Amino acid sequence: MIGMISYLAFFSTMAAIFAIAVLGLNLHWGYTGLFNGGVVAFFGAGAYGTMILGGRADATVLGGFGLPFLVALAGGVVLAGMLAWIVGLLTVRLRHDYLAISTFGVAIAFESLTRNAEWLTGGARGLRGFPRPFEAAVGNNFVYGLLFLAFVLLVLVLVYIGLERLVRSPFGRALRAIREDETAARSLGKNPTRLRLTSFVIGSMIMGVAGGLYVSFYAFVSPQDLAPILTFQIWAMLIVGGAGNNRGAILGAFLIWAAWTASGFLLARHAPVAMQIYTGSIQYILIGSVIVGMLLWRPQGLLPERLETSAGPDRTRPAGTNTTATTNKGVT
Amino acid sequence: MTDAVLSVEGLTAGYVRDLPILRDVNLTLRRDTLCAIIGPNGAGKSTLIKAIAGLVPVSAGRVMLDGKPITGIRPDQMASLGLAYVPQTDNIFRSLKISENLALVLRRVPDRATRLDELYTLFPPLAEKRGDRAGSLSGGQRQMLAVAMALASRPRVMLMDEPSAGLSPKIQREVLDLARGLTEKGVSILLVEQNVKQALRVADHCYILAEGRNQIDGPAESILSDPAVGEIYLGGRRVGAA
Repeated sequence: MIGMISYLAFFSTMAAIFAIAVLGLNLHWGYTGLFNGGVVAFFGAGAYGTMILGGRADATVLGGFGLPFLVALAGGVVLAGMLAWIVGLLTVRLRHDYLAISTFGVAIAFESLTRNAEWLTGGARGLRGFPRPFEAAVGNNFVYGLLFLAFVLLVLVLVYIGLERLVRSPFGRALRAIREDETAARSLGKNPTRLRLTSFVIGSMIMGVAGGLYVSFYAFVSPQDLAPILTFQIWAMLIVGGAGNNRGAILGAFLIWAAWTASGFLLARHAPVAMQIYTGSIQYILIGSVIVGMLLWRPQGLLPERLETSAGPDRTRPAGTNTTATTNKGVT
Repeated sequence: MTDAVLSVEGLTAGYVRDLPILRDVNLTLRRDTLCAIIGPNGAGKSTLIKAIAGLVPVSAGRVMLDGKPITGIRPDQMASLGLAYVPQTDNIFRSLKISENLALVLRRVPDRATRLDELYTLFPPLAEKRGDRAGSLSGGQRQMLAVAMALASRPRVMLMDEPSAGLSPKIQREVLDLARGLTEKGVSILLVEQNVKQALRVADHCYILAEGRNQIDGPAESILSDPAVGEIYLGGRRVGAA
């Protein structure tokens, strides 16, 4: 029983961490129309930044300053934001597929950096050892797992509320406007370049939060954690959940993470022995199929963007059944 | 009453360096008048409007608004200088509500509540549908919203790129009448039109552009009777029909 709850806590912690990254991507893609193909670079910047600042001292690398947890996490988030700012300035004229390709390149370059800059990142063996907050005080692994889950969920809720307020603000409205048409927005006095860059930095910092929580949970990070598949997993979560809807983003994260772990478990348990060495590859194919299938059959996701209408009669229903007009008001 | 509010002097502009679309174009828009730019396809009419609005790089010449040069100013800063631009298509934000579209542009207007009321009074259909998504509007209402958004910051000059494109003849007339009416409210209008007859009906002055150059200009009521216009630029039959 304890094993089961313990596993569920582990599962939920991971899903909630991914959900935070998906919320960051939702600000990019869902609300601003930025095609970030290098999610893992900003996740990784948060992860390595947190680890280097807050990790245990290690004679072989520069980092391991052992700073307090929240300071280390904030440092990782700032690092992710700085990386996004630089990448954003360089790619400010790029749209859609070009932006996707260049950000994908940034992620590959970042992974390569962590693999080769041994003096800073420990190279391929990664960085190990992170004093998790209050772990020593709690002592009990099981209780600590639940406590950490509660902390991650708290961060998820804070990020969710923050983003909901942001996208409902005049700033969020301007983001949706430039997502639709930059020329029109410019001719009406908006500066799309600045809006896009701001959105890019904020979304990337949220990805950095997810990365920072990820390393604090595992107390370990290596270039292996920054494989391109993570970018595609996070994209699949957003597409399945529904771009432009923060609840959809969170739902997608839990669903895809459940599907990913379940498929890994089932393949390891039930696939023919000869097939089992391909488990990882089969999972890649599955995640790709999920993305393509959703885009073909339900491109708006399970929880689509809510395009609100508040006043006036509801024209989508035949006359006479006008009861929805009032419920619509309630929603907004 | 007849002083120039917008003037274009020797403007050379194009999308690619060393490949100008417009060559040495001159144009004057007088205060509180409506000026139409007509000409055959590919004449550079829309490019001229975009160059004035700052959306196309200018390589020579200058644009003056109320005697002050505005050449090369970023398009998003033009609005605060009193110049509004209404793109031909995609000039509203379909996924936003009508009220949100207006709130978006009223953001930097100091008395936005009053201005919003004024705009709703000016365009009753928008007030009626304020809670609807802009994508649900008809073609004419969309142009109405686009014009309302351009008017939000109380511009002195409004540039309109083919406001009648894609509309039925009746709605075309309504949109052009709307533009005409704005000149009585202190807005000077420069518009590009394909529909020559409709444009000349509402315009005070008319410029004819072809091959990216000024060809001929004159008062709207007399220009169609100039035989050169029909022969060279518009096709003789169109003049006969008018």
